[in-house]
Amino acid sequence: MNFYNEMMDANGGVRAHYKCYDDWLKATPPERIARKRAEADLAFHRVGITFAVYGEEAGKERLIPFDIIPRIIPSAEWKSLQSGLRQRVKALNMFLDDIYHDQEILKAGKIPAEQILNNAQYRPVMKGVDVPGGIYAHIAGVDIVRAGEGEFYVLEDNLRVPSGVSYMLEDRKMMMRLFPELFAKNKVAPVQHYPDMLLEKLRAVAPKGVSNPTVVVLTPGAYNSAYFEHTFLAQQMGVELVEGRDLFVKDEVVYMRTTQGPQRVDVIYRRIDDDYMDPQAFRPESTLGVPGILKAYQAGNVTLANAIGTGVADDKSIYPYVPDMVRFYLGEEPTLNNVPTWMCRKKDDLAYVLDHLPELVVKEVHGAGGYGMLVGPASTKEQIEHFRKLLIAKPDGYIAQPTLALSNCPTFVEEGIAPRHLDLRPFVLSSGECVNMVPGGLTRVALTKGSLVVNSSQGGGTKDTWVLED
Amino acid sequence: MLSRTADHLFWMSRYIERAENLARLLDVTWQMSLVPQSLEAANQNWNAIIALNSLEEAFAAKYAAVNAENVLRFMVSDPDNYASIHSCLRMARENAHAVRGTVTTEMWETLNSTWLEAREKSFEQIFNAGIGEFFEWVKMRSSLSRGTTLGTLLQDEAYHFIRLGTLLERADNTARILDVKYHVLRPHGDEGATDFYQWGALLRSVSAFEVYRKAYRDVITPERVAELLILRSDMPRSLHFCMNGVVKNVELIANRQSGETQRQAGLLHAQLHYARVEDILEQGLHEWLTDFMDRIYALGDGISKDFLVPMSEAA
Repeated sequence: MNFYNEMMDANGGVRAHYKCYDDWLKATPPERIARKRAEADLAFHRVGITFAVYGEEAGKERLIPFDIIPRIIPSAEWKSLQSGLRQRVKALNMFLDDIYHDQEILKAGKIPAEQILNNAQYRPVMKGVDVPGGIYAHIAGVDIVRAGEGEFYVLEDNLRVPSGVSYMLEDRKMMMRLFPELFAKNKVAPVQHYPDMLLEKLRAVAPKGVSNPTVVVLTPGAYNSAYFEHTFLAQQMGVELVEGRDLFVKDEVVYMRTTQGPQRVDVIYRRIDDDYMDPQAFRPESTLGVPGILKAYQAGNVTLANAIGTGVADDKSIYPYVPDMVRFYLGEEPTLNNVPTWMCRKKDDLAYVLDHLPELVVKEVHGAGGYGMLVGPASTKEQIEHFRKLLIAKPDGYIAQPTLALSNCPTFVEEGIAPRHLDLRPFVLSSGECVNMVPGGLTRVALTKGSLVVNSSQGGGTKDTWVLED
Repeated sequence: MLSRTADHLFWMSRYIERAENLARLLDVTWQMSLVPQSLEAANQNWNAIIALNSLEEAFAAKYAAVNAENVLRFMVSDPDNYASIHSCLRMARENAHAVRGTVTTEMWETLNSTWLEAREKSFEQIFNAGIGEFFEWVKMRSSLSRGTTLGTLLQDEAYHFIRLGTLLERADNTARILDVKYHVLRPHGDEGATDFYQWGALLRSVSAFEVYRKAYRDVITPERVAELLILRSDMPRSLHFCMNGVVKNVELIANRQSGETQRQAGLLHAQLHYARVEDILEQGLHEWLTDFMDRIYALGDGISKDFLVPMSEAA
């Protein structure tokens, strides 16, 4: 397979937007680079930018490897990506507002109603609930990959509790600390204002009549894999980081327990899944959430970001319909491509998928984080046969996509500098009519040779992402 | 501030202070054991440390005999002993981890790297390198943690809870060191001959040797040692000094329900302020210190109930 290389063109020449970096890399002695890489490792450990890995020894923390070769995006490319992201996230929010209200898109027959209404992620408790500004996915982490001749595709719309933005910010900080000279030579668009932008968005969606809202970040606790990020964002925004046990509901109003007594809370940036938010409404055994918070939310006394029930819009079984949503709600042609997708619940699609398993990627409809998926070309016969059985037993639990020839980028690995596959997760913020994002996003890179899975839980690393200004 | 945040800050500072004081206690015991003495006397010293923390059962479950090496191993680096220096450093770090958004980056990095370093040290490495060096290291790390707090943290509520934790813990620990050592040195309360080296080591363990010289310019006597560690208001590890700070910080964080805790703190402080060492010794130092430690515990309990996560709800 031929892969699009972010840095080199087909003839082995350096692409124009990488020229300046490449010159620097060639002129910098390898010892200095090695020293700087060791310094980065040490600094990340000391600051404690680590994540917990599920399934490993409890409380064990690992460092996400950081690569010093940035992923560079030219200005024009970013502009087109940005307008595509705005369009897509706007349509997704309109879709969520619609299916929890009049369900026009179902009436118009654009999506089979049972696909939505029977979806485990569809939350009937949200039916008829008005949320501020009609915004459901205040924070979206849209995964974008590049394939073929370099065209962009959306792989997933993460609309529940997307994470990774702290790595985007820390990677930039690290790069500027290690190699300040690079930023003097390249016009790299800044990203450090993300926390301010986020706070502004959260304040903008406060319940009606609240002029100076109290915003908090709600975390499942110190053992969550993204805990570093929760503390980071709370600190950067200057708001309290709370756990479920710090909050309580009285007369449909949410309060937090403080050293000076109860204090009212207006906006909650929650990093807990729907299922665990309220033991009275969802999973009764959950100790992470806040009993009664759903009632307070339905009454409009508190805003949750993201809203309850966004999962139905980023579910992999709904993903194939997103381009239709753009057309239906905005009357525009989608700027960003979807990856062609076979829906295994359809008989013909399933037959095709079963015939072509060794060349496809099969994903669990409700899976995330790189768990529960089959990458055909990288799998053994046993793994493929295992998935065949799963597919036949529960076809509507899976989708399949062609194995994309993901683009790659030179990366420091044990044997030197070698190309590794990567993706991009921009963080898209919405409130009312405004959809904003900082230039770029988080670039994740699969460090294992040939691997197409970039998730940090599967051994992926990150790179600083530069959008060059004109 | 969130009650839980205040709780973590309070315990973060208590645990690092506890690690430091434990290092001090073990250090003085170790040094005293190097002075020629009977085996019985030596083991009595080590036994006292186990008894002081009410750890007899936990110790007996893992170790056959009370001797220097076993007690040091148990109190320095045994992860199963929740009161070991190892465990205290871990708990300090875990509490800091839970509030790393509230403490400054320097504070977090100090406690985190202290724990990371401690975790790498096996007891054999510590012992072979000279255990005194390790105790020095623990003291320095605790000083560093206090220093970064003083040098970088906004002096708001968070700071007051951290100070409260430090001072309550230190008051308790100084009382304990004094109680256990005084009794080993004067089991009957009236020994005529005092051992310069032993009393000197006790003073050094609370960094009070030079202070004693400056304050009294005279030979070391048990009465003056007690006076210095209990009543001297400008000696940073004395009970009086600690209570000065406790009263001040409790007043700064006062809320609607904390009246009784403030009163108790004030009462204890006043008793130290107006006490005479002769009266304390006449009452019996051990009895007096036991009563003091009970009241320090009650104060901690009151603070938990009024501001933090009540102890009954925690863990």
